[in-house]
Amino acid sequence: MSGILSPQAWEKVWTFRGTFLLGLGNTIQVALLGLLLAFILGIIFGLMATGENKVLKVISRVYVELIQNTPLLLQLCFLYYAFAFSSHSLGILVSGMISLGVYHGAYIAEVVRAGIEAVPKGQFEAARSQGFSYVQRMFYIILPQSIKIILPPLVNQVVNMIKNTSCLYLIGGSDLISLTYSFVTGENTGGAYAPAYILSGVLFFCICFPLSTLASVWENSLKKRERRVVVQKKTALEGRV
Amino acid sequence: MISNMIKLENVNKYFGDLHVLKDVNLTVKEGEKLVIIGPSGSGKSTTVRCMNYLEEPTSGHVYIDGRELTHRNKTALIRETTSMVFQQFNLYPHMTVMKNLTLAPMKLHHKSKKEAEELACHYLDVVGLRDKAEAYPTTLSGGQQQRIAIARALCAETKIVLFDEPTSALDPETIQEVLDVMIKLAKENITMVVVTHEMGFARQVADRIVFMADGQIIEEGTPDHFFENPSNERVKQFLGKIIR
Ligand SMILES: Nc1ncnc2c1ncn2[C@@H]1O[C@H](COP(=O)(O)OP(=O)(O)OP(=O)(O)O)[C@@H](O)[C@H]1O
Ligand SMILES: [Mg+2]
Repeated sequence: MSGILSPQAWEKVWTFRGTFLLGLGNTIQVALLGLLLAFILGIIFGLMATGENKVLKVISRVYVELIQNTPLLLQLCFLYYAFAFSSHSLGILVSGMISLGVYHGAYIAEVVRAGIEAVPKGQFEAARSQGFSYVQRMFYIILPQSIKIILPPLVNQVVNMIKNTSCLYLIGGSDLISLTYSFVTGENTGGAYAPAYILSGVLFFCICFPLSTLASVWENSLKKRERRVVVQKKTALEGRV
Repeated sequence: MISNMIKLENVNKYFGDLHVLKDVNLTVKEGEKLVIIGPSGSGKSTTVRCMNYLEEPTSGHVYIDGRELTHRNKTALIRETTSMVFQQFNLYPHMTVMKNLTLAPMKLHHKSKKEAEELACHYLDVVGLRDKAEAYPTTLSGGQQQRIAIARALCAETKIVLFDEPTSALDPETIQEVLDVMIKLAKENITMVVVTHEMGFARQVADRIVFMADGQIIEEGTPDHFFENPSNERVKQFLGKIIR
């Protein structure tokens, strides 16, 4: 009955396809909201890490290290249960969104920091010598140059976030993985393991694969462009000699 | 009366424990062309960078055009008064030459696009690169990039332009094209502070030369004084090594 070749199992999955789509919808919803939070945190803490203020730098470092060196599951459970038992329950979706946002925000902060630090020091100095304020410097001169470096790993973070919605299972979420699990273990629906997990996997893949492909294509074209600039410079030099 | 454009008063600068500027006092008059020379590591760059607060002095005072430069007012005061040309050009690589030249005039000096572009064209003519307006900096030679960087500095129309070894990163055959532009500028009433190892240029253009060693100004005078009979032994040695 659970077999990958069993027509009944596939039929059951098909009948309950709404469950899977609902799970997918919830996963995307949590991921999108989490992403929004992660972007905001990532940009703020990434800028703090590269700014001049030492206190802000330390705060940013503490945030990143704390989040990157403890499991996401722990953070999620902490947030959910800490609030649940203080009678201010946040709810599963909100807890999920916040902890995914905070978790990936720390990684995005590192991505942003690396992107900004990859811009040569002379660019900051030229901008300062012209009298651009901090925000203007970042906006007109630094971020446009680092965005190309930032984008590919940023897209990878999006992919990871979508996959990490599966952590919601632990707090009783209704994301794709959690619903798949309750489907295959359910009293009325149980049993169709292989088809259920295949479908669930296909759904994840359909969303994540285009994104990660986009990221690697982006990265490659970036590398090619850099090589082209180097070649251009070289030929320009040789041309003059 | 010609006023002081730049004044450093008892400026000290430490990098950690390293005492890089030791009680430096220096004034530059309006329209003056000051050349700073000295051995590597003597604090020439740091001195010039204190003038636009790319480095903040550890102690002492910096006055620009009569106003004290502070951490608080640096962005606004620098915007109005000084521009800088760097050894490594530091053009913005993601923008065309025209954008490089018009960014500050439009965003900081409230010029319309048309005004900014006219200004840019004018200064591109001055540096002889009008035809490169739509090029990207990385496609230009070093000498061309530096001339563009000078044009960018001029587009801000500030009274002061600082140069930190503007020809040191260039191939020998392109140095002169940059120096020629600077010699042309020196005829204007711009206050120029130039760190350079180009002694021919210093002799031709400088109103005054200061010599730095170990974070101090150890000799100061007209080019004639400097090249004919410098009093300090270290200056003699340095010039002996560099000129021949
Ligand atoms: N950001 C910094 N951090 C630490 N030390 C620095 C820094 N900038 C400069 N120094 C040190 O300060 C001293 C003076 O440096 P500075 O760049 O002003 O010298 P310079 O006269 O311009 O030399 P050069 O001819 O090599 O450019 C040097 O010993 C240098 O190593
Ligand atoms: Mg220097």
